[in-house]
Amino acid sequence: MRSGSRVLGGVTQSFALVWGAMVLFPLLWAVLSSFKSDADIFRSPWSLPTDWHWENFSRAWNESHIGKYFFNSVIVVSGGVLLCLLLSAAVAYVLAQFEFPGSKALYYVFVGGMVFPGFLALVPLFFVVQNLGLLNSHLGLILVYATGGMSFSVFFLTAFFKAQSKDLAEAALVDGCSHFGVLFRIMLPLARPGLVSIGIFQFLGMWNEYLLPLVLNTEEDRYLVTQGLANIAVTQGYHSDFSGLFAGLTISILPVLAVYLAFHRQISAGMTAGALK
Amino acid sequence: MHHGKYRFVIGLLLIPLGLYAVFVVSPYLQAFPIAFTDWEGLSATYSYIGFDNFVRLFHDSVFWVALRHNLFLLLCLPTIIVTMSLFFSAILNYRGGVRGAKFYKVVYFFPSVLSIAIVGVLWQFVFEPRSGLLNGFLRAVGLDGLAKLWLGDGDTALGSVMAVVVWGSVGFYVVLFTAAMAAIPKELYEAALLDGAGSVQAFFRLTLPLIWPTVQVAIAFLVIGALDQFALIKVLSIGPGGPDDATQVISLYMYTNAFTYGKFGYASAIGVTLFALNMILTILTFRLTRRERVVY
Repeated sequence: MRSGSRVLGGVTQSFALVWGAMVLFPLLWAVLSSFKSDADIFRSPWSLPTDWHWENFSRAWNESHIGKYFFNSVIVVSGGVLLCLLLSAAVAYVLAQFEFPGSKALYYVFVGGMVFPGFLALVPLFFVVQNLGLLNSHLGLILVYATGGMSFSVFFLTAFFKAQSKDLAEAALVDGCSHFGVLFRIMLPLARPGLVSIGIFQFLGMWNEYLLPLVLNTEEDRYLVTQGLANIAVTQGYHSDFSGLFAGLTISILPVLAVYLAFHRQISAGMTAGALK
Repeated sequence: MHHGKYRFVIGLLLIPLGLYAVFVVSPYLQAFPIAFTDWEGLSATYSYIGFDNFVRLFHDSVFWVALRHNLFLLLCLPTIIVTMSLFFSAILNYRGGVRGAKFYKVVYFFPSVLSIAIVGVLWQFVFEPRSGLLNGFLRAVGLDGLAKLWLGDGDTALGSVMAVVVWGSVGFYVVLFTAAMAAIPKELYEAALLDGAGSVQAFFRLTLPLIWPTVQVAIAFLVIGALDQFALIKVLSIGPGGPDDATQVISLYMYTNAFTYGKFGYASAIGVTLFALNMILTILTFRLTRRERVVY
């Protein structure tokens, strides 16, 4: 029985290893290929680079405009995350601290947004954004991203604010602190861990969004990085600048993986908490 | 102090509620009326045509092909992904955790943080017939005969796309399931082992029933996800949706109708149908996977 369980232990270990390799291999391969020359890539997809072609990265960054797309993404995503947090925190705080006629209904209006598939709203959303003159603008995307993230954020932050003790807030009100003072000086600082987890969660979601920019942001100058890369891959076809494309791919993969590795505990916890509730 | 409170509440709610109403609530509400119009192209005028769009949809062969692919994905993806994820979670949790379990969980989760579009571009290279990773691997181990066009062949295109979805999803559910397993009290396992249960038995008799609510959520997620497949197919498949509609799905067909052909009324009808399917399948999933909830 002992040796049997040891064999089983070895077998389980090797299964775990195989899947790990299958996940890592394509990623590593893309990173390695981004340092190769086109000829190297075509000769053998498996070999290590003979020389390290760092210039692939500058070519992708400048000539294929990945750099520009990258900054577009940074602007839209940071704007979207900040605005989403601001709007959601305000709503969540009100819903958690105050009871007023219709407050329950309001909560369901916000949380209900999680149930509907995005595709249902796609056509009208396009025209809403167009009628506001915000098509092909970063501001339009920021507003759509921020409001689109509100359902989940309000849901999450309301629970978070409710869990905070009310004593501190009441004491401050008795001492003559205004409601705004309580919010900004006491409640928001207390809610920082919640804001950070929801912020990371929204960052990943917005950074990876593809459908919305595809529909609302069709001007090449304003492309986001997912969109830009997919566009290069589709329009250039396979054979024009393979190594440059790999470099672009690496540029778009590594920052996200870095953010993930830095915050992996919160991210896994936050993402799975969303599924469990 | 009390009217101060109301001023404060209104002040805080006004802007968020306004923006949410404009960008979230109003598009969802408008989707339904648009589905009953003949709105096309750039014309600003349109008229209501009752259920005509839905009747046309019913006779649209591409829609049925797309629906069939969605249903195929809907049966295969949850089954494969949940089975694999349970398997790897059980492995990582084996005897209180295999060596390096934490490291594996971090690595498995990698694809979940990548954009689906980026994953699509990456796998386009993997499937590339001449110098892609997959055919390169097959030739390297002497299985030249298995090297295929993958995405270019109608017989393998949908399967190839599905493999990428599996690759990208398993890690997320492994993390989800291991978190649920970690919440099971250790004493229960000790008692089971004392009673002479093997690891496999303990998994099916103890672990699985105890984490079933989580599995149920996972299945519901994946069922809805199977209906929502878009980005990967848009980036990965030829056409997209091809070759010859071999990878056509409802959401892609809706997108193409709306933003390539400008048939906004028709596309909205597809959207409403998708929404109805979504609701039915969610309810059905929870019904079919319902079990006595085990309390510990």
